[in-house]
Amino acid sequence: MNTLPQQLANGLLLGSMYGLIAIGYTMVYGIVQLINFAHGEIFMTGAFGALTVYFYILPGGTSMWAAVPLMLVGGGIVAILVAVGAERFAYRPLRQAPRLAPLITAIGLSLALQEVVRNFYPGADKARAFPSLDTTHDLGSVTIKDADIFLIVAAAVCMSALAWFVRKSRTGRAMQATAQDPDTAQLMGIDTNRIIVVAFAIGGFFAAVAAVSYGLKYGNIDYRMGFLMGLKAFTAAVLGGIGNIYGAMLGGLVLGIAETMAATYINNIPGMQQLGGQSWANVWAFCLLILVLLLRPQGLLGERVADRA
Amino acid sequence: MRQRSLVILTSVLTTGALTLTACGSRDNGKSGDSGSGNTLTIGVDAPLSGENSTTGLGIQYGVQIAVDDANKNNWVPGVKFKVNALDDKAQPATGQSNATSLVGDDKTIGAVGPLNSGVAQSMQQVFTSANMVEISPSNTNPELTQGKNWQTSKKRPFKTYFRTATTDALQGGFAATYAYNGLKKKKAFVVDDKQTYGAGLAKIFNASFSKLGGKIAGTDHVNTGDKDFSSLVTRIKKSGADILYYGGQYDESSLITKQLKDAGVKIPLFGGDGMFASTYIETAGKASEGDLATSVGVPADTLPAAKQFIQTYKSKGYKGDYAAYGAYAYDAATAIIKAVKAAVDANGGKLPSDIKNGLRAKVVDGVQKANFEGITGKVSFDQYGDTQNKQLTVYQVENGKWKAVKTGTFNG
Repeated sequence: MNTLPQQLANGLLLGSMYGLIAIGYTMVYGIVQLINFAHGEIFMTGAFGALTVYFYILPGGTSMWAAVPLMLVGGGIVAILVAVGAERFAYRPLRQAPRLAPLITAIGLSLALQEVVRNFYPGADKARAFPSLDTTHDLGSVTIKDADIFLIVAAAVCMSALAWFVRKSRTGRAMQATAQDPDTAQLMGIDTNRIIVVAFAIGGFFAAVAAVSYGLKYGNIDYRMGFLMGLKAFTAAVLGGIGNIYGAMLGGLVLGIAETMAATYINNIPGMQQLGGQSWANVWAFCLLILVLLLRPQGLLGERVADRA
Repeated sequence: MRQRSLVILTSVLTTGALTLTACGSRDNGKSGDSGSGNTLTIGVDAPLSGENSTTGLGIQYGVQIAVDDANKNNWVPGVKFKVNALDDKAQPATGQSNATSLVGDDKTIGAVGPLNSGVAQSMQQVFTSANMVEISPSNTNPELTQGKNWQTSKKRPFKTYFRTATTDALQGGFAATYAYNGLKKKKAFVVDDKQTYGAGLAKIFNASFSKLGGKIAGTDHVNTGDKDFSSLVTRIKKSGADILYYGGQYDESSLITKQLKDAGVKIPLFGGDGMFASTYIETAGKASEGDLATSVGVPADTLPAAKQFIQTYKSKGYKGDYAAYGAYAYDAATAIIKAVKAAVDANGGKLPSDIKNGLRAKVVDGVQKANFEGITGKVSFDQYGDTQNKQLTVYQVENGKWKAVKTGTFNG
């Protein structure tokens, strides 16, 4: 059995999820030069928002066709509220402060959000079951399930919509302008505060889409799920060129595929048995990041400054 | 200018943190001293929040019930006991600081815990230096009692450490025997989480399974906290294994079994007691059906002597899961209480006045000599501090519940 197609599919799926979350890092960084380390937790609250819709609002036995869109809406609302609330109450007061201050605020906010969910969401101190879409399909030698299809479609739709929005819409062009030069943009009559809120909201919504896909795919969520996913997505954003939305998606895919390939094939290389396998996937992913940063410090797509937003 | 303000900020924070810690330890000391002069504390260290907390809480309340029984029945005349339960969050560093605070308290006579073998390693030295007894109801790593080279030359590293659980050396072998002879599986894929417990278990399973004539289709390791195992699952699928053995906790194994079965690989996952908890079935859902786990001891529900214990546990509405270690925690606490009684009797019915330097050492001796019928069976320890009651059970998930499919004693 040739496992390469299956492993590529695995990497692509994982990478799409990284990419969706990475959008939030990269957009916020592009506009306010802030690394929002609480973004992983925004992803996590999105998952719990979707879970709330499924378990506490919808009647039992709702078909998944109806439930998934509503979960997306619920998770989206929660994630956007958290993201925008964080911007309004935690980051905006520090806009003029030295850069270290918002960074530390972000780390503190990340811990605070984790603890709030752990302490106040029922049963959240351990993994909570999430409705999953488990029907599998065999396409040649590749087995994928419904949740995987949802993830791929959602990622593609979201990315195209975002690309269109940033290029064509008035707000999107205002975002590009703000990213290039906030002061001049403001002088030209752009309400930069509103643009920053929009950037946080889009990041939050994308995180919620990723969170719903995560729940549908893995079948359970917990209050710590945002930490590692956030770290990986941040890596993906840096890998692709932070500030660049296409870079975030590409970085996600490269990272996902690199991890999967490393986990599978490195230990087949003679003399490398000890350095392969699942447990070394992260090591190789970060090695790749270091390598890219050494050769291309601006990231894979970092030079397209005009498109960053 | 900015640098100076940073320095000031850092020093203010550090001073603040130090003051807070100081306050914390003083408060702890006070709470230990309060109460009448003849109240002794039994410490509990287990993960009470976060991962593993289901089983951790079972330990805490197991000890609580033993202490309540001792107080109610006046087992040690004139001496009352209370429980001081500390949360180690399954982290070695937290366990060590908990151990330090327990030995620092004048009224604490012994401790039950921890849940995790990795945490135990960081605590043993602290307890031994303070000559305080520590009994774990669940640690299964052989090194803890028999030393690093336990396979070739056994040597007890810490004389105050005991356990009421049997070791992985038996658990891994018991599982391999059941997989090969009972389930007729011939090709195993072995995965572990690189932790002391998981890696030890997987290594022993691997060796025993090969010795019986089984084939190892492949091995791999995962990181705790990983969520996506798709590439591992694809490798297992390719290897053609007919059983997956996993050394580790349910946090990862429940995800692995789900992703494995979603990928169309319908082979059972077999693990150790680290995944023997209802949470495993709750998080893995239908995918857990048919999966197996060994656990030390026999199920609390099947022990005739534990009926009263289970009734109390349920009627008090305690959280957590008593099935795995609750009864062993009860017996561990009872062993400490009985050792106190022996020391009090030897002292003419009076509690020795110097607890830190007198009574603690006597309790260690008392536990070493323990020999009584507990609710899990006979409680006694060999020269390494291991229980002589080497019961094991294989459980299988059937209709969403763990069901005992084979119990027995196993001596390697």
